[in-house]
Amino acid sequence: MIEIQNLSKTFKTADGTVDALKNITLTVNDGDIYGIIGMSGAGKSTLVRCINMLERPTEGKVIIDGVDVGALSAAKLREVRRNVTMIFQSFNLLMQRTCLDNICFPLELAGVSRAKAKKRALELLETVGLPDKAKAYPSRLSGGQQQRVAIARALATDPKILLCDEATSALDPKTTESILDLIKDINKRLGITVIIITHQMSVVEKVCNKVAILDNGSIAEEGTVNDVFTMPKSAAAKRLVFTSNPDDNLPEHLSKNSIRVIYNGALVAGTPIIAKMAMDKKIAANILYAQTKCIGDKVYGNMILGIDGGDDCLSSAVEYLENIPDIIVRRDI
Amino acid sequence: MIGQLFSNEAVSEALQIIQNEFLLAIWETVYVTLLSTLFSVIIGLPLGVLLVVGEKDGVLPLPRPVLTVLGVVINLLRSIPFLILMILVIPLTRVIVGTSVGTTASIVPLVIAAAPFVARLVESSLRELNPNIIEAAQSMGASPMQIIAKVMIPESVPSLMSNLTIAVTTILGYSAMSGIIGGGGLGKIAINYGYYRYKYLVMLVAVFFLIVLVQIFQSIGTRISVKSDKRLRN
Repeated sequence: MIEIQNLSKTFKTADGTVDALKNITLTVNDGDIYGIIGMSGAGKSTLVRCINMLERPTEGKVIIDGVDVGALSAAKLREVRRNVTMIFQSFNLLMQRTCLDNICFPLELAGVSRAKAKKRALELLETVGLPDKAKAYPSRLSGGQQQRVAIARALATDPKILLCDEATSALDPKTTESILDLIKDINKRLGITVIIITHQMSVVEKVCNKVAILDNGSIAEEGTVNDVFTMPKSAAAKRLVFTSNPDDNLPEHLSKNSIRVIYNGALVAGTPIIAKMAMDKKIAANILYAQTKCIGDKVYGNMILGIDGGDDCLSSAVEYLENIPDIIVRRDI
Repeated sequence: MIGQLFSNEAVSEALQIIQNEFLLAIWETVYVTLLSTLFSVIIGLPLGVLLVVGEKDGVLPLPRPVLTVLGVVINLLRSIPFLILMILVIPLTRVIVGTSVGTTASIVPLVIAAAPFVARLVESSLRELNPNIIEAAQSMGASPMQIIAKVMIPESVPSLMSNLTIAVTTILGYSAMSGIIGGGGLGKIAINYGYYRYKYLVMLVAVFFLIVLVQIFQSIGTRISVKSDKRLRN
């Protein structure tokens, strides 16, 4: 379990101080794939570096399995880092070593014998699906393959926690998908807790079970991915979840007569809701904005409806729609 | 002038000198250059590493005054003209080698001049390294010494090799200058015959051999640098 308690980080720069992180408290349970999402400059990378003390917090604590990591000696901290490993946006492999030797590297640091390390590295290359790349140098590999080697390297010391710092940001969508599958698989099979830092909603949607939204150095919102993505409360969360958010453009008089309909896994075939509402209630709705997607036979996403006919009409539309299973309606858009 | 340079008399004299003295002189130059490079690297490499890792955000931060003194000493030694440095260190050479004349004795001033130069070259090589790679090593629990020995230096080998080549050719040039205070090698021949005895043809031949040596060292160095770079391997 990782407990981050009242963590703050202030950087001193030439133009004064910058509060990169402000009083962050969150808990990551064993086995979670915990997403930390935010715009660039929100402090995500600083936060993840505070977990393994690559960045020293100005205030607050990070407690991993009951141990206050910030209070450890340099040597003890190095041991913890074998247990809390990390992968990066730019992969950061040693370019002058073969893939095999890259994976052996953390074992070498830990004093494991060469023969043992080599055996383990070969196993890991198998795990990440690159058994034939042992003797290849990283420069000959694609980005996705380099990240796989980096993942193998991160797994070498049998960690309990894997930190991913924008690990898929430099990869194309298809490769991102395959890397995320690998991370999910590792989480399931090896029971490794994963923390994923990203600015991509799709990454969180695909693999995370919990998410925290970081905005301007503070946690704007936190919870299960399902809750946060279907019912975002904070402005920052809305901004991320409802990408291309029409709020700003929606004229004042329209927003008064509009509601947001959130599909939280409603059945695809069972809910031609707009047409049904028109037939059942004689309420005509105009679709001002919609972004929905089907996952399996369920619909997720949201839609903004403009409803004419005054408050009564609006209220009855809300009432009608709310009674449909897995549909959430918000009047405060 | 040219006629004079290649007069029968001058040519036969030069041939005589080339036959009798050049083989030894080339050997002396190579020997002094390589040994001086070796000692300069032994001293300069750790100093160059310290200059990088000792910084405030470095892997192994040193107390500020230590780093400042180091920097000043290096700059000081580098700013003394080699000709004057050779004379200044004569007492030290006597202590270390036992004499201040001869081929071996010239290694002392060469090392004192070249080690700070090597330190700066090492510094610039190590600074080229992607800091993310060092961070990755830290995230895996590498100690400062492990980062230096297993990451910074091995990852910089191609750049270190090409900078080392610069050092070798510079030292070769300096070694020729040491002929003035009694060092051996091609420099001695060039100065003794060309400058003191007006035998310009001999001097030109000595310079020619110096150029050939520089070319050889440079191409070997470039080759090693490229060969050692696994980023370029196909």
